Amino acid sequence: MTALHELGVAELSQALRTRTVSSVEVTRAFLARIDQHGQGLNAFITILHEAALAEAERADARLRAGEQGALIGVPIVHKDIFCTRGEKTTCGSRMLANFVSPYDATVVQRLRAAGVVMLGKTNMDEFAMGSSNETSYFGPVRNPWDTTRVPGGSSGGSAAAVAARLTPAATATDTGGSIRQPAALCGVTGLKPTYGRVSRFGMVAFASSLDQGGLLTHSAEDSALLLVAMAGFDERDSTSVELPVPDYVATLEQPLKGLKIGLLKEFFDDGLDADNAQRIRDALEVLREQGATLKEVSLPNLPLSVPTYYVVAPAECSSNLARFDGVRYGYRCDSPRDLLDLYQRSRGEGFGAEVKRRIMTGTYVLSAGYYDAYYLKAQRVRALISADFERAFHEVDVVIGPTTPTPAFELGAKTSDPVTMYLNDIYTIGANLAGLPAISVPCGLVQGLPVGLQIIGPHFAEPRLFNVAHRYQRETDWHRRAPPGFA
Amino acid sequence: MYDFAPFFLQNLNPLTMSLNRQDIDKIAQLARLALTESEVPAYVENLSRIMALVGELERADTSQVEPMAHPLPGQRQRLRADNVTATDSHELYQRNAPQVQAGLYLVPRVIE
Repeated sequence: MTALHELGVAELSQALRTRTVSSVEVTRAFLARIDQHGQGLNAFITILHEAALAEAERADARLRAGEQGALIGVPIVHKDIFCTRGEKTTCGSRMLANFVSPYDATVVQRLRAAGVVMLGKTNMDEFAMGSSNETSYFGPVRNPWDTTRVPGGSSGGSAAAVAARLTPAATATDTGGSIRQPAALCGVTGLKPTYGRVSRFGMVAFASSLDQGGLLTHSAEDSALLLVAMAGFDERDSTSVELPVPDYVATLEQPLKGLKIGLLKEFFDDGLDADNAQRIRDALEVLREQGATLKEVSLPNLPLSVPTYYVVAPAECSSNLARFDGVRYGYRCDSPRDLLDLYQRSRGEGFGAEVKRRIMTGTYVLSAGYYDAYYLKAQRVRALISADFERAFHEVDVVIGPTTPTPAFELGAKTSDPVTMYLNDIYTIGANLAGLPAISVPCGLVQGLPVGLQIIGPHFAEPRLFNVAHRYQRETDWHRRAPPGFA
Repeated sequence: MYDFAPFFLQNLNPLTMSLNRQDIDKIAQLARLALTESEVPAYVENLSRIMALVGELERADTSQVEPMAHPLPGQRQRLRADNVTATDSHELYQRNAPQVQAGLYLVPRVIE
């Protein structure tokens, strides 16, 4: 008999609707897992024992009444960047350590309405700025595959929690790779949808032209089930797109015959670990055996995505985080001398080192005399990168490459030089700059550590990404493997 | 043709785009961030490294390129009808405020 915590969203959905188990039983099982392992991994900021069980009881009542919603009674966790009414939303920062959200993010509201049970809120890099989950005010998250290593970031708590089977699924956000990179390093499936597909309302803003909410799950099928409920137009987000949400589950099984895959030439560079590269080639072989054809494509401007990102993202972050003033909400310093002192010390003490670094970088590139040279220049290069992708998608249906250059690195290994840390996102940033959907799926182990295969598609090609990922996962079992000690 | 990580790491010249202490003080002032004395040297070095990385953008010829304004082509800013949609929730929102009195946010005296 399979233990409840080993089940994914689709399997739990089935078990709940056939009344094989109750939501209360499932919720208890996962809460017990969180109590057992959550602290060691430091994956959670808030655990909601009582509220979760109350939600589970309501879900059971709906199920008893014969409701058939696929997500009723399925437990999940939210990255602590999503506002949750009446509960803390810290964004991993001292600035918001005591912030209790007055409303639900649209993502939270929609999933609640669909009947999910919220188990807790996960640890993350402060304000989603980081690639290792080491910038959190609440301390680093540990990778369940090797607790001396990072889980990736910024959605490190969500990824570690899914990998360690503390939850079947987690919400997350991706501004430069913050869903896909931790998905790869923790051996789970991570989806970053098309920009505008999922509402940003109630999701604490970092870089508004790049931020997108998404999912960490065991499988592409689980991700598809959840995205159906999460996605869709929201008038409260000015960049939400007015397009209907397709039935992502309906197209999962489509055969891959005739699928044209572009192999991203620039991704197979000297920085890519040789074993990691081999796992990607193995995965491509699996797809080719199912009838897909491979073709090398070149995106010549893609190597400039990291410098482009480190202008655009800090610029937007410096503007978005200007709202934290120590007056209306958030941290306030002790005994301010005057208003300027209140602003400066509240912000200086309330933000951590990485957040301050990015605010200052953004302030600098936007300051008088530098705007054209940096910000406008970066937005022009961003247009070039976007055009590279568009050209590629005239030739192929999806482009594929690694998600990260290497498996998980050790805690502390990259904290001394921010640029070394930034370059870890070299393969993921392009999709954010161009607003494209992308998914990372586990495709093997390198010295016992998971690595990810990244599939990037044209705007709104989520059905295709889920389809390719699902067909890959039908033939492989990497996504079913739990870290040793967390089975 | 540019190359990925190894290129950046080998070729970042710490002397190009380097920022000094006065620059950091000015940026911090503009950003309304009080830095402690011990934080400053690391920011001088880090921001110089970051700006050297950003300096790579000069390699791209963008003379014929319009800056990208939106990640999705053809999207425009949506407008809504000018109707009242929000109710007064200041009591709820002010529960998160550091200091409030009679429905007002308290700050240090601004006018003597």
